[in-house]
Amino acid sequence: MTTAKLMKGNEALAEAAIQAGCDAYFGYPITPQSEVLEYLAREMPKHNRVVMQAESEVASINMVYGAAGAGFRAMTSSSSPGFSLMQEGISYLAGAELPCLLVNVNRAGPGLGTIQPGQGDYFQSVKGGGHGDYKMIVLAPASVQEMADFVFLGFDLADKYRNPVLILSDGAIGQMMEKVVFKPYTNPAIDKSSWATTGKPATRERNYITSLFIQPERMEVHNLKLEAKFQLMRENEVRWEEMNTEDADYIFVAYGLSARICQKAMDVARARNIKVGILRPITLFPFPYQRLEELASKVKGILTVELNSGQMVEDVRLAVKGKTPVAFYGRLGGMLFTPEDIEHELETLIATHHVN
Amino acid sequence: MSTDEQILTTTSSVAPATECSPDEYEMVYHKPTTLVDVSMHYCPGCAHSLVHKLIMEVVEEENIQDKTIGIAPVGCSVFAYDYMNIDMQEAAHGRAAAVATAVKRLMPEKYVFTYQGDGDLAAIGIAETLHAINRGENILIVFMNNAVYGMTSGQMAPTTLPGMKTTTSPDGRDTSFYGSPIRIAELMAQLPGAYFVTRQAVNSANAVRRAKKALQQAFRYQQLHKGTCLVEIIGNCPSNWKMTPAEASKFIDEEMVKTFPLGDVKVPAATANNKE
Repeated sequence: MTTAKLMKGNEALAEAAIQAGCDAYFGYPITPQSEVLEYLAREMPKHNRVVMQAESEVASINMVYGAAGAGFRAMTSSSSPGFSLMQEGISYLAGAELPCLLVNVNRAGPGLGTIQPGQGDYFQSVKGGGHGDYKMIVLAPASVQEMADFVFLGFDLADKYRNPVLILSDGAIGQMMEKVVFKPYTNPAIDKSSWATTGKPATRERNYITSLFIQPERMEVHNLKLEAKFQLMRENEVRWEEMNTEDADYIFVAYGLSARICQKAMDVARARNIKVGILRPITLFPFPYQRLEELASKVKGILTVELNSGQMVEDVRLAVKGKTPVAFYGRLGGMLFTPEDIEHELETLIATHHVN
Repeated sequence: MSTDEQILTTTSSVAPATECSPDEYEMVYHKPTTLVDVSMHYCPGCAHSLVHKLIMEVVEEENIQDKTIGIAPVGCSVFAYDYMNIDMQEAAHGRAAAVATAVKRLMPEKYVFTYQGDGDLAAIGIAETLHAINRGENILIVFMNNAVYGMTSGQMAPTTLPGMKTTTSPDGRDTSFYGSPIRIAELMAQLPGAYFVTRQAVNSANAVRRAKKALQQAFRYQQLHKGTCLVEIIGNCPSNWKMTPAEASKFIDEEMVKTFPLGDVKVPAATANNKE
């Protein structure tokens, strides 16, 4: 199936789940991601897969735990308030080393917030929304195509590290329709028999799934084992995209929907002879600290653009280490910026720091 | 002196046969091979170790060790997987029924059971429990009701008896403030998805035999794919009841059963007809 289709982001993601060999999906309705559950409720039974509308997000994430613990490819999706409810379960999944794919179609908050797009869940996603020391790879799609692509990548990375992987999207990428091509994919079908709970045959010891190590000495050993995995992710899984950074005097740093709008802002600025490029983190964890530091030593200033009150900008500043001015521009409450708004902010940065 | 106590007295007074070689012993009882051969962490007189053994005896006798997946709770029995020699998952507090739902839906031919205490099932996990039963998940829920939070050392549970003193109800449970103990078996039996619901105890030899029979029946019912089996077991908790094991057993007969009457609450229609 290499012909292009016109699909909603949420539906492209759901279709990709089927093509990626997702064995089980558990979800609970919440705007703006209900299409995922609806699509899979319709399509999964045709493939003899398990799909269930759970009684809550709490139940959904624990069903994912059960399915993943039995060695199956499992997935859930939600949006911000519902995803908050899953944080305990995500901590357990990471602690028990269970691979699964999670999706948060970010809406604006806090609280019940609103159903329009936002990026206010950055901290929750990359700094550990649940309790204890854990990390998960966070993929930030900026197109409907990536909503599909990251499902395949996400499942594979989850299996590779025996850890949850999160696709952090937003209400616009989830709802908008674009062209999408489903590339041929083969599920590597990794052997999970050494740990999955499928019933203990006489030929092996029992398998059990737990995140509990009551002796602190053993708990620390487990913590260090997890940390070694997270370090491997930092070394091997950093992904980003650059646009026009070769000759850039300035850089926009933005992910997801914000990066899409920054592309237009870049065109506006370049038409005014301001040489601006974009660094778009694709993985929010691990974050492209090193590449950003390299760029920081070559440019006159960086504008971080987010649909929140300034979250990723903290990681940008950690990366830049004061080598160049870092400014932040954001909109809140489900409101979006225009390319002209962003370009105007860039000019303000230039004027403020007299760096032109 | 009850019959059960007489049996105990008689057994303990038998002198060891010191002159026999091991070959001459007749094996009359052994631990099920489905139990890991380690000492358990449970307090003396606690019901958990006994019920663990009963479940594992059933798994051994039904020859389903390779087809059984257990879900452990958070509470005293959080380490059930240290003792039960089967594949197990340790669930987050209260979520065992959700975890079991997924395991069973993905592997419908397996035997799946949860093992949960009253804090885990009746307080924080009542939503997952109720919805799993309402969907008629083909799982067995073993519900250990000892009317207190054991692991955190004796706080009030949803099943704490009226007037019963706990560390968080130091003057006794005031039902006008905290409501009355939840009768989980009767509550859940209302749901069409519940296939077999019973309440048992393990405070006497006869009670143990009945509890084991209920567990065996509940495992066998899983083959029918007719709905959820719930076996509630009134468990002794001498440590948190501040009693001796013997006093705790007596407390169940004299006090607990007033709120939690023992016996079948819901039985499959065919079985009911077959009863003498």
